[in-house]
Amino acid sequence: MLSGMLALIILAAFFGLVLGLAAVVFKVESSPVVDQIDALLPQTQCGQCSFAGCHPYAEAIAAGEAPINLCPPGGENTVQALADLLDVEVLPLEEIEEIDQGPIVAVIIEDTCIGCTLCIQACPVDAILGAAKQMHTVIESECTGCELCLPPCPVDCIEMVPIKQTVKNWRWPEPQYNANNQEAASIFTTIGHVVAENARP
Amino acid sequence: MSQPISQPANNTIKETIRRLWSFPGGIKLAGKKSSSNHQAITTIEISRQLEIPLTQHIGQEAELIVKVGDKVLKGQVLAYAEKDTISAPVHASSSGTIIAIEERLVPHPSGLKALCVVIETDGYDQWIECTPLIGEGKNTHQSIATVSSEQIRNQVANAGIVGLGGALFPSAAKLLTAEKKHTDTLIINAAECEPYITCDDVLMRSRPEEIVLGILLIKKIVGAKKCLIGIEDNKPEAYQALTKAISGYWKNSGTSRGAEAEAAIEVIQVPTRYPAGGEKQLIQVLTGKEVPSQKLPMDIGVICHNVSTAAAIYQAVYRGEPLISRIVTITGGAVKHPQNLEVPLGTPIRDVLNQAGWDQDKAEKIIMGGPMMGFSLPSIDIPVTKATNCILVSEKDELATPPPAMPCIRCARCADSCPMSLLPQQMYWYAKARDLEKIQDYNIFDCIECGCCSYVCPSNIPLVQYFRYAKTEIWDDERERNKANLARERHEFRQERLEKVKLAKAEAARLRKEKLAKKKAEDKKKTEQDADKPKASSNADLIQEAIARSKAKKAQQQSQKKNTDNLTEVQQKKIDEVNKRRRERGEKPHSE
Repeated sequence: MLSGMLALIILAAFFGLVLGLAAVVFKVESSPVVDQIDALLPQTQCGQCSFAGCHPYAEAIAAGEAPINLCPPGGENTVQALADLLDVEVLPLEEIEEIDQGPIVAVIIEDTCIGCTLCIQACPVDAILGAAKQMHTVIESECTGCELCLPPCPVDCIEMVPIKQTVKNWRWPEPQYNANNQEAASIFTTIGHVVAENARP
Repeated sequence: MSQPISQPANNTIKETIRRLWSFPGGIKLAGKKSSSNHQAITTIEISRQLEIPLTQHIGQEAELIVKVGDKVLKGQVLAYAEKDTISAPVHASSSGTIIAIEERLVPHPSGLKALCVVIETDGYDQWIECTPLIGEGKNTHQSIATVSSEQIRNQVANAGIVGLGGALFPSAAKLLTAEKKHTDTLIINAAECEPYITCDDVLMRSRPEEIVLGILLIKKIVGAKKCLIGIEDNKPEAYQALTKAISGYWKNSGTSRGAEAEAAIEVIQVPTRYPAGGEKQLIQVLTGKEVPSQKLPMDIGVICHNVSTAAAIYQAVYRGEPLISRIVTITGGAVKHPQNLEVPLGTPIRDVLNQAGWDQDKAEKIIMGGPMMGFSLPSIDIPVTKATNCILVSEKDELATPPPAMPCIRCARCADSCPMSLLPQQMYWYAKARDLEKIQDYNIFDCIECGCCSYVCPSNIPLVQYFRYAKTEIWDDERERNKANLARERHEFRQERLEKVKLAKAEAARLRKEKLAKKKAEDKKKTEQDADKPKASSNADLIQEAIARSKAKKAQQQSQKKNTDNLTEVQQKKIDEVNKRRRERGEKPHSE
């Protein structure tokens, strides 16, 4: 009986050790919820949520201090994604002032710029290039369209323009055919998308 | 899949027992090729204006090296591709003057504009000097052996050759990847499965020798052991022409039969079934190998090139000519003389149609490409590009206008017809719901957009439209995500930098304070040391001394007049005169 107990104790100790080691060695690094929330935010760093950037807002959501519907640049898609992640109710966006006009970027009107560097200091992603009394310019590919550079500009030389649609970033429109809307069926032939149906005998 | 039965040398027997495989799905379509494939290729008159888009390939836009007002010769580089990038240079298709470099309409389903070089032609059509790698006529096996793969590849890259089967991938980049990987089979795609299109067919009939030499060049670069030319069995003339050209090549080159066996180019007829000309489908029919999901043929040791790409490579190597023209099929019910034309790139489609003769009143749709995969052109003032294989001008009732879509009845005919064994009915569901994650689980990126599913759908659902829509949405989401990640990185970097500046400032302030404190301590020490010395003067004495010093300084300053010291006699005299005048007028004299 003693040997049996001994064997069990040794086995228990052995497996306990193995399990303990495995828990340390194969530890699954789950990304903290703040990072997961941050990954869903659009990273415009615009501060429209009243927090100083996307990460602070993510922290506030994670701490339960802020609702999930404070992000106008993210739009409803972001609210939906956050609701899915956190398993909470979808809330309507706090304020919808204007219709979503698609992505925009800042452009400096170079004739008017006086080179005051105020916009450079305001840009949250260092997307404005320039120096004191030198003309400034926005690096289009880095601009998030947060509009934070607009208020500090003393001569109002910054404009927000929609990102130009080119052959490279163009998207196919969603097909509009359906049985209830016969008129919409012609949309593809008028704007020039004919496929496959053509070959029908 | 089992291995094909070993083949005896006899050609006729080989034909009969060559084992072929089959791909899933696919559909039988009316060929409609006979109207345009009987005439030889005719060349078109040079248009007065050529609009040459800078992006006629997949990848980066070519870098412009000409400006408005420049005179260019035929074949001159307008924009070059940077080395080691996925890009292709663009050349002038005829000689003339550049009158504009601006955004113009390009053949693209979006109907958007892109940067084009506009050349006003001078009519001389004068060539720039061409430097062929191998002189024409020296078409023997030995002469190919004298040039290195790298030389051929550079020649192909400089000629701006892209995959002319429709993918438009820069050929040199594809050849380089194939060279690095182990490739044992080269497949030449001559199937041309889409209805109406006959440009490859007539090319094979009229220039089979060039194609064979082009194929040998590709074969040399990729180092493939065998080469299979897949050609649909509805093109017997092209098949005959190619077979004859290959045997003729061996006869002329005088190589022994061993070398022939080594070279082994086989022309194989495959059953006509759409889309047998799809790259993955043709590979499956010819070799029985299936290209794995989201992989390339190169991953299974196969490389596929189009037959017209091979002809373009021949022209680049043997004649030194860049890719500045292509064969375009002009066909359809509203075209008077359906035919194939050799069209310089950049020629407006209007000019091409006028030359072929078309009935503008009869024309209903003008489609670039075939009826299955092509798209309607928003205008005919659009240039022919490297992608333009066919211009189809249909008359009324020739091509069906899709009736309104009805609800999906889940009959699964689309799944049966799908050559990629996908589940279009499921993908349709998720595309409609814009569930972009789920649709990727159903391998939407394996979809080749052949249109079989839309064709067979009894509810007339434009399935391919949905898949194209979903694909571009996914790409757009990805772009947005990448941009967000970049913004996050930059923002974090900025925060870090600001933090650093703040720390550096604090550090500097601390250092200054320390220095001050040190100085103070030193001063104190000094005074203490002074105090240690026998007292020379008390504090009161020091103050008295300081007061005396400052008084003396003040007195000295007062005695000094700013600019009236060391005056010369003349100056003094002048001042006196002025003062005298002032006194006479009853004014207060200056500086008295």
